[in-house]
Amino acid sequence: MSDLTDLYQSVILDHNKRPRNRGRPPTANRVATGDNPSCGDNCTVYLHLDPAGRVDAIGFDGSGCAISQASTSLMTTQVKGKTASEAEALFNEFKQIVTSGHPPEEMSDLAAFAGVHAFPARIKCATLGWHAALEAFKQPASA
Amino acid sequence: MSALLPASLRADFPILHQDVGGKPLVYLDNGATSQKPRAVIDALVRYYERDNSNVHRGLHALSMRATDGYEAARTRVARFIHAADPAEIIFTRGTTEGVNVVARSLAARLKPGDVILTTEIEHHSNLVPWQQAAKASGATIRYVPVLGTDAELGLDLDALDRLLTPQVKVFAFTHLSNTLGLMLDAAALCARARAVGAVTVIDAAQSVGHEPIDVQAIGCDFLVFSGHKMCGPTGIGVLYGRRALLDTLAPAETGGGMVVSVTYEGATWKPAPERFEAGTPNVADAIGLAAACDYLDAIGRPAISAHDHALAAKAHAALAELPGIRIIGPRLGQPRGGLVSFAFADAHAHDVVTFADQDGIALRGGHHCNQPLMRKLGITSTTRASFYLYNNEEEIDALVRSMHRILKFFAG
Ligand SMILES: Cc1ncc(COP(=O)(O)O)c(C=O)c1O
Repeated sequence: MSDLTDLYQSVILDHNKRPRNRGRPPTANRVATGDNPSCGDNCTVYLHLDPAGRVDAIGFDGSGCAISQASTSLMTTQVKGKTASEAEALFNEFKQIVTSGHPPEEMSDLAAFAGVHAFPARIKCATLGWHAALEAFKQPASA
Repeated sequence: MSALLPASLRADFPILHQDVGGKPLVYLDNGATSQKPRAVIDALVRYYERDNSNVHRGLHALSMRATDGYEAARTRVARFIHAADPAEIIFTRGTTEGVNVVARSLAARLKPGDVILTTEIEHHSNLVPWQQAAKASGATIRYVPVLGTDAELGLDLDALDRLLTPQVKVFAFTHLSNTLGLMLDAAALCARARAVGAVTVIDAAQSVGHEPIDVQAIGCDFLVFSGHKMCGPTGIGVLYGRRALLDTLAPAETGGGMVVSVTYEGATWKPAPERFEAGTPNVADAIGLAAACDYLDAIGRPAISAHDHALAAKAHAALAELPGIRIIGPRLGQPRGGLVSFAFADAHAHDVVTFADQDGIALRGGHHCNQPLMRKLGITSTTRASFYLYNNEEEIDALVRSMHRILKFFAG
């Protein structure tokens, strides 16, 4: 059985305690919400894209467990400055990490989530905010 | 604690004697499903090894044995809830199917202007089928509100008086809330509903295996429950319906086994219970359920209830000491069931359940199929520890130790 300190790495505990980019940025004009119907957790991600299609403002709201809160917080820091396709590539890398448990060659904070793979029931928690963010990219910009 | 059952009962449940992740299993998720005693497992095996056959059709020895076993199970279940007549016992897949059958059958006679009354504390299973029945029939659905929060939570009985008008044709409510542990006075509620001529439907999923149930004393029209929460198998449940009412209802499903005569133009229905049991029934699990009734009645539900309550009281008192805890549900001494539902300021229910699992402890964390209620209470999830006849005081100690460890981790 995997150790809990593998799951709850200090990066995760830190993001859970002090979430980055919480709340709706004033310029945000794209929004999407993700729900985890099995547990009632939810997460709303707000975006604003610059003319080149890069995220220049991002924030999130919602409630959930330490894994989903930390993962969403970390996601916002990683997706800032990225285009939709770059964000998607990052998500694919993240999914790889949480399902295989193998962090990529060059270490990033995302690797902190490698421990999730030993807790399959929690993979959905880790990806909730990412799904909402990718959905937000696809939304039409509101005026 | 003198209210506790003998520890030797634990030996009746093979599954409890295992380690999970190197720790002895502490199973405190009985609200979701209970474990099965050897007697129930043996009844299933015996049926499949000796008697398995289709019922009500064959004239051979095995078919007659299977039919006898199935009908004896019906009689046994009738006795378990003090039904006047075994024909009032309809076997279903579980609580959810039972509610759906009643809701669909009653919807056929509802019309715009009629009201379906339920409460704000219902499990989705006793909520969504009524919303669908309202949509299908044009009737209006109304909810008896909950009042107060945390330990003060209760149904708003003044609002109930206002809501129970002659337009109310159905009043569906839970006997024991799976999220709060709140117990309703079923007999009193049925009396009030009867005064306006409403049909009553009780969700007894959480109560029937823990508390004595007498449908005639309660005075309900329908009562539904699942076998798997009362030491019986999964896939079997019961819809009790008052005989006079059952025979006036249209079947929710049609097919073989429930018809008197069929032509190319149409068919006529048998009376209850067959009218509501289209197709080959779940014979084996009905027989397993009867074995569960025998098992529970041999111990006695008053004794089981006292045991559950003693454990819940111990857990409640110890958990209440933890920093930042909210216990969501009636205080001790109020009408309640043997469970404790709680939320921590510093740790989310999912994290709590994952931690507890590492200590071998099975808990439930989430919205407990009760999303509208959780929204109203301003929480997204709680952690629930629910107790049954095989749990003991050492397991409560393990639970409390585990919760201390979690809080230290997340506060640290
Ligand atoms: C109060 C209550 N009603 C209904 C149900 C649904 O039971 P089942 O899933 O066995 O149909 C449950 C169990 O989860 C319950 O606790």
